[in-house]
Amino acid sequence: MQLYGTDISSRLLLGTAQYPSPAVLQKAIETSRAEIITVSLRRETADGSGAGFWGLLKDSGCRILPNTAGCHSVQEAVVTAQMARELFGTDWIKLEVIGNSDTLQPDVFGLVEAARLLCADGFKVFPYTTDDLVVGEKLLEAGCELLMPWGAPIGSGQGLRNPEALRAMRAHFPDVPLIVDAGIGRPSDATRAMELGMNAVLLNTAVAKAGDPVLMAQAMAQAIEAGRNGYIADPMDPRDMAVPSTPTLGMAELI
Amino acid sequence: MITIAGAGLAGLASAYELAKRSAPVTIFEKAEQPGESSVARFAGGMLAPFCERESAEEEVVTCGVQAADWWSQVTPVTRHGTLVVTPPRDQAELTRFARRTSHFTEVNGQAISELEPALAGRFERGLFFKEEAHLDPRQALADLTGAVQELGVEIQYGRTAPARVNLNCTATASSLPDLRAVRGEMAILHCPEVQLSRVIRLLHPRMPLYLVPRADGLFMIGGTMVESNSDRPPTLRSLTEMLSAAFAIHPAFAEASVVEIGAGLRPAFPDNLPRLVEHDGSLHLNGLYRHGFLLAPALAQQAAQHLLKEACA
Repeated sequence: MQLYGTDISSRLLLGTAQYPSPAVLQKAIETSRAEIITVSLRRETADGSGAGFWGLLKDSGCRILPNTAGCHSVQEAVVTAQMARELFGTDWIKLEVIGNSDTLQPDVFGLVEAARLLCADGFKVFPYTTDDLVVGEKLLEAGCELLMPWGAPIGSGQGLRNPEALRAMRAHFPDVPLIVDAGIGRPSDATRAMELGMNAVLLNTAVAKAGDPVLMAQAMAQAIEAGRNGYIADPMDPRDMAVPSTPTLGMAELI
Repeated sequence: MITIAGAGLAGLASAYELAKRSAPVTIFEKAEQPGESSVARFAGGMLAPFCERESAEEEVVTCGVQAADWWSQVTPVTRHGTLVVTPPRDQAELTRFARRTSHFTEVNGQAISELEPALAGRFERGLFFKEEAHLDPRQALADLTGAVQELGVEIQYGRTAPARVNLNCTATASSLPDLRAVRGEMAILHCPEVQLSRVIRLLHPRMPLYLVPRADGLFMIGGTMVESNSDRPPTLRSLTEMLSAAFAIHPAFAEASVVEIGAGLRPAFPDNLPRLVEHDGSLHLNGLYRHGFLLAPALAQQAAQHLLKEACA
């Protein structure tokens, strides 16, 4: 798939927070074969240089997608994005503008405004948004070339709360890369998202907080690949009645 | 003569193990005052190997179970266990914590109020880790300093160590490859109205916290882990989360005095486990991460064995 003109073959984007240790994170990245990893600038610096941790992330060889996690205003998100560009030398930014600190729902009004400012400033914006079609349109108008609708609230692991809305998004934006971001809990959730025609899945907690994050990273990668193949292979439609898979007429004449 | 750089937790514990084996030891400490540059003074002082297993490797349990006995040789250790609780809406966190740990009993509201009368009616479910313990980190550092001096160890304060020492225990000040700093923030509250006799851990999906009772109505609250090498004072965000967690444990903390806030940098290797490594002509004991009091005894024993075997050969 192409994201902002860059060829990416892995459809799993992996977050890097909350792992038991950087060593486990590194192994999880390897096992998942993710090519894009997200990094929260805010959480990992508190004014210092998180150098040790970032060194490990850079060594992973992955493309880094900094995010504005935890930003509650347009200005905060824009400033964080600019800092991230300096620090990581990338114009990619996962844009989060949080509207409510308890539910972590995106503030879609602030999101569109911040996206407009950042796109005008040359950023390639990955907006974390809801599954609302009109908000999606406004984000594309603002200059975004892809959309990252939620599956469920961040870190909730509830899976896809509204698959119909994602299906509608796919139909409404047939040529826009759609990446489900947030809410994935189990591999089957990721498969489901991919079967709906999403282009990729971004997840973090489901892997980081699993008992064995490395094994879960592998399971997610397999689930995403299976879902994608299933979508491309054009699955059969469900039927109300049974249909035998063996011929019903004639006896086998074996003698 | 065995030389050690750093009179923090790792240096002192190693000196103790060496001196007990009758080795003459000198420690060089760049700070003028005992404990002044040791990150251990910001620690919780929890000896909680089973709770730590939630996010740490098994080695933390196997090396950590002896810590309470070891510390009892030099300083008071409170062996009242750990109580893990969670607000009703985060029950899933408690279930997950229980799945990842061992050596606990599940307790209901009644049992919680028997363990900690101050928490009566506040939590319906919890986990009680009976075998865990805690100590007062500053008291323990001072007591350990006294103990090693009594055993004949010389500590030279205000002295930078020579480039090569037998054992380097300088935490984040060392230049070991792969060693990084993990920032931790804490506050000390004075709240004589609340009586707790053991460590309370409050599980929360975004920021799990611990409240450690100390003498004279004091409590330490901490728990942040930030990938950063900044030792600036705690951020407003971290303090807000920590202080509201104290309030969630007991509303009487609303009237507590915040007598101190602090931030420290914990040294850690990529797997967050401590190591003994040879580097630039010295043996290094480093990477104790958030498990200083828990793992220093076991690592100090290993360091002493390693150094003395070397001395014999």
